[in-house]
Amino acid sequence: MSDNSYDAIVVGSGISGGWAAKELTEKGLKVLMLERGKDVKHIQDYVNATKGPWEFPHHGNLTLAQRKANPNRIRGFGPGEMNLDWWANDAETPYSEIKQFNWFRGYQVGGRSLLWGKQTYRWSDIDFEANSKDGLAIDWPVRYKEIAPWYDHVEKFIGVSGSIENLPQLPDGQFLPPMEMNVVEKDIAARVKEAYKDIDQRRIIIGRCAHLTAELPGRNKCQYRNKCHLGCPFGAYFSTQSSTLPAAMKTGNLTLRPWSIVTKVLYDKDKKRATGVEVLDAETNKTYEFKAKIIFLNASTLNSTWLLLNSATDVWPGGLGSSSGELGHNLMDHHLGSGAGGRVEGYEDKTVYGRRPNGVYIPRYRNLNNEKRDYIRGFGYQGGAGRGRGTKAAEEIAVGVGLKQALTEFGGWSVWFGGFGEVLPYHDNMVTLDKNKKDKWGLNILAIDAELKENELNMRKEIVNDGKEMLEKAGVKNVYGFDSDGVMGQGIHEMGTARMGNDPKTSVLNKWNQLWDAPNVFVTDGAFMTSAGCVNPSLTYMAFTARAVDHAVNELKKQNL
Amino acid sequence: MNRREALSYVGILLGGTIIGADAFLAGCKPSVKKEGLFQPEDLALLDEIAETIIPATPDSGGGKAAGLTTFMSHIITDCYTENERNVMLKGIDELKKDCLAKHKKDFINLTRSEKEIFLTQLHEEALRYVKTDAYMKAKETFDKQQDSWVKSEKERKNFGAAYLKENFPPHYFTMMRQLTLWGYFSSEVGMTKALRYMDTPGHYDGAYPYKKGDKAWAI
Repeated sequence: MSDNSYDAIVVGSGISGGWAAKELTEKGLKVLMLERGKDVKHIQDYVNATKGPWEFPHHGNLTLAQRKANPNRIRGFGPGEMNLDWWANDAETPYSEIKQFNWFRGYQVGGRSLLWGKQTYRWSDIDFEANSKDGLAIDWPVRYKEIAPWYDHVEKFIGVSGSIENLPQLPDGQFLPPMEMNVVEKDIAARVKEAYKDIDQRRIIIGRCAHLTAELPGRNKCQYRNKCHLGCPFGAYFSTQSSTLPAAMKTGNLTLRPWSIVTKVLYDKDKKRATGVEVLDAETNKTYEFKAKIIFLNASTLNSTWLLLNSATDVWPGGLGSSSGELGHNLMDHHLGSGAGGRVEGYEDKTVYGRRPNGVYIPRYRNLNNEKRDYIRGFGYQGGAGRGRGTKAAEEIAVGVGLKQALTEFGGWSVWFGGFGEVLPYHDNMVTLDKNKKDKWGLNILAIDAELKENELNMRKEIVNDGKEMLEKAGVKNVYGFDSDGVMGQGIHEMGTARMGNDPKTSVLNKWNQLWDAPNVFVTDGAFMTSAGCVNPSLTYMAFTARAVDHAVNELKKQNL
Repeated sequence: MNRREALSYVGILLGGTIIGADAFLAGCKPSVKKEGLFQPEDLALLDEIAETIIPATPDSGGGKAAGLTTFMSHIITDCYTENERNVMLKGIDELKKDCLAKHKKDFINLTRSEKEIFLTQLHEEALRYVKTDAYMKAKETFDKQQDSWVKSEKERKNFGAAYLKENFPPHYFTMMRQLTLWGYFSSEVGMTKALRYMDTPGHYDGAYPYKKGDKAWAI
């Protein structure tokens, strides 16, 4: 094999790219993994993970100059003084907003796997069958029983803590021991279960999350520090660095190339196959070509689609994979930022020990069992109870010992739930190449045109009303509802734009994540999603990635690719 | 827990003590010479104010031990909007003058009890100030300007403007008090001595005993 030739190329090193690299290398393929940003080495590059806020000049806060220079990054709470450089910097990563879209990206080895929320849930057939039953968009070409073994495969490797609940809408998995609800959450859960037992069997369960509650090889248990967003020195949460990258490296089959912006998938129109990729070295500005038999696109939903829009334009003006007319369309997210909260009386003799990087979860309960609301699909809630610092006295004392004392004690408990709602796949929620604007490398940037519509807005009202009613029934005081940040992208769960389906006329990918237009190209990040469901999607990307690799290697052996 | 929930959750956990954060909704043009924003005597004054707001107690140092003047000057210089900074700088001068008029002495030369009374009165003045017609009218005008700026930026597809919307500054003493509380409870002495700090708890207990007077967790 020449220096620039591999069995497989993986574009992107985040959650799904790491999985593609692990599975491909473990099956014996020589793999090149390309990452557009810098390298981040496990543990040694988590330089702020054990620092206190006092070790930063602004105790963790961004300066005005940083805020003004990053009008996109500051739209989320994630970026701060301690980890700003793990979020893509505005000056180097512009995009056009036809309508507001908050796009948060992680351009480094590990991508957003270093920063993700780690909530980990399976889809059920209620999700896979939803489009078909609603007569909306196109049907998923896959059902739960086909993906279930791959969920098992992924969960066992990454480590998911959770409780067995036997809920049809939220299948159980291969769980490590569940984390613990705190005393207030347990009581509210019991009251909610009782209050809704004859209505919709609504349940509050502990969040299922990719944090280790039992050791796995080379990784320690969660230490309850809740500083995950700075990198975990214990390797206790799943990231590329803690989990898939070491496995891939161990095979001796992986080459990782940071600072590699993939600008094009190279396509041979006679063979109807991709032959490799073109790479722009972000440090030297030099261009390289790398060849491979199969190519996995895991650049993150919108960047994988950007790459396709920018490839093979001599054959298809709309780009590689555009023959159905669906490439770039059906952009989805989860809408969040609406919910309810309140004050909990009592429990003054209790607090918690440890900072649990997890909350409680209310699985979807709406529009199941033939219920029909004024919207279709559903939502789950994520939330938790905690005890605030500072007693009432702090509000009345201006200065001095009394104020200090009041602020060093705990005040009362409060509880909070926020909805995570499904966004439907709308053809006109879409991305295109902005032919008039280029980034510093001379590449046309992406233009995003997407919005929440009536179904989502109706659902948000119900999220607030249901949340308030539920907390009142559970005896919570001063109940309030909230509805903010209802903006596409804010969920950081971009999905769709290269959906899978049964028909090349209406979908970009087949059921194995292969491009209909170039079957040796696989797209296994969020771009393949045909609908969005309402649970956090990363586990589903990982399961489909592992399944697609298995298929790809079998097809390669049969010389079908 | 998703990181987004985590923030709201932390917001709840911090309750009233996150109050300094509203001074951080940034906006105006940054335009300060970074060096020499504060004279040494101003820093000494802020040091005394911080120590009066959060004094040393037998178990933990106060504002001075926490080195809050460094934190304050970083925040005022780098994070405050021009408006906020001007209110603060003018406020320092006003405070000096008021103190001289009232006590014929500089603030740092007052007795501890005089300092406490002086700042308590200032705190009360600050609470009254934001309820005056003049303040509310000025705030309304300012907020309207900000809203129309955000609206016109939105029309130009600059959706980031909404996140840079500026707050109308409160009374300068409100900002001094916020900076002190915020800085102190994120300082080493505040977190590890006044509060209980555990970098690596190691496990979780959802029903851990607590009695009135026990120190809260720092994070």
